[in-house]
Amino acid sequence: MTPALEVEGVAFAYPDGHQALFGVSFAIQRGERVALLGPNGAGKTTLVLQCNGVLLPGAGRVTVTGLPVATEHLKEIRRRVGIVFQDPDDQLFMPTVAEDVAFGPANLGLRGAELETRVKAALAAVGMEEHAGRPPHHLSFGQRRRVAVATVLAMEPDILILDEPSSNLDPASRRELAEIVTGLEVTILMVTHDLPYALQLCPRALVMNRGAITADGPTAELLADAELLAANRLELPFGFDPAALRAR
Amino acid sequence: MGAGHAHPLYLPGTSPLHRARPQCKIAASLLFVLAVVATPREAFWAFGLYAVALAGVATVGRVPLTLLARRLVIELPFLLFAVFLPFVGQGERVEVLGVPMAVGGLWGAWNIVAKGTLGVAASAIVAATTPVAELLRGLERLRLPKLLVTIAGFMVRYADVIADEVRRMRIARISRGHDPRWIWQARAVAASAGTLFIRSYERGERVYLAMVSRGYAGAMPVLEDLGATRAQWLAALCLPAMAALVAATAWGVRP
Repeated sequence: MTPALEVEGVAFAYPDGHQALFGVSFAIQRGERVALLGPNGAGKTTLVLQCNGVLLPGAGRVTVTGLPVATEHLKEIRRRVGIVFQDPDDQLFMPTVAEDVAFGPANLGLRGAELETRVKAALAAVGMEEHAGRPPHHLSFGQRRRVAVATVLAMEPDILILDEPSSNLDPASRRELAEIVTGLEVTILMVTHDLPYALQLCPRALVMNRGAITADGPTAELLADAELLAANRLELPFGFDPAALRAR
Repeated sequence: MGAGHAHPLYLPGTSPLHRARPQCKIAASLLFVLAVVATPREAFWAFGLYAVALAGVATVGRVPLTLLARRLVIELPFLLFAVFLPFVGQGERVEVLGVPMAVGGLWGAWNIVAKGTLGVAASAIVAATTPVAELLRGLERLRLPKLLVTIAGFMVRYADVIADEVRRMRIARISRGHDPRWIWQARAVAASAGTLFIRSYERGERVYLAMVSRGYAGAMPVLEDLGATRAQWLAALCLPAMAALVAATAWGVRP
């Protein structure tokens, strides 16, 4: 079966010469939920932007359900790859929630009843239907993050990429978002350094450090490997027992 | 942060005025203002009629007249300018309560006060009965260049975000003992403004990135057709038509 996302030997340097990725390779199968773990500056966001062609690799290639990421089919790539950015204020820019959710599918050419159905379904998936007519800046932070997820879901992506989905959320919003994410039937790549959240949501994890993948395996096993975590500047929160993880 | 408050000028409601198409309301108020401005300043009765008509429209829109009066405060700085005219004006003078004033200046001041107040009142009624998002769509329907409407939309959307940022920066400054009282202490404020500019610029880039990631290719999609029917236009144009008639009559009966 074609993987939902395949990254092969991707290397990338920014125009200022800073090399951010050194030959990254991995594949994510359809329906998988994978966490991408790594400290700040590991190249996680750079890698994410390779996946929808905002940045194009200097070497190597990225394919999304068989379609290579290249300038000639960026539109289709951006439909297939939905990125939820870290700050919902960056993502939500239309006057109302419904219009914002409609922005993506409308760019794909959807109009009228079809567009409306998409918007409704996406808002329903994140439990925000009753806020459709409100301006985004009148919502709480947790609600805005959920709407940000809906804006991408409305494009019916093949793979959903969440960039630090738990950042700045209070515990209740964090749990609500986790419930939404586990309820979605879509391939997910979750970029985070919130290790318990990765464990809760993603059976598999990739560890990234200094622009390369340093580990790939079941999340519980990786998080129980104290040496691996230390070598990659990752740390479990205080009181979190790695031995208990193995038992899971 | 950010939750709760509605747009400050909008009064939620379901009156006929609230339900009217935004483009009709904008066009009607603009034409009304044009008719008011074109009215000769000597025709006091005409301005009285305009005021009564506006009060009627406000009642239809369930906008309390006291609220409307409070919102007129925004024109005070302009009125201040008008107040000077009778004192600095040249030419024939009359004594008002023992103070000599220029006749031309008095007429000029009256002209500004009357027409300005009517104009501000008309826009205040539109603003009180139309959410900002609809105003933007109305402007788009009136063929205002899309780019301008888009920019205005972003400005409205991000004004709160940036104001929040300003507030946080100010609190962070005063929390470190900054207590600006004199102009030479303005350096920190100026530096904050610079930082704010850079941050907003970077946010602009991130917003663009998020737009591109959702398939943006240079044009905002038109989501729904908010066309107005002929009946809606006719209803909306009643007020400016009446105003035009009054203005024409005022010119006709002018001595």
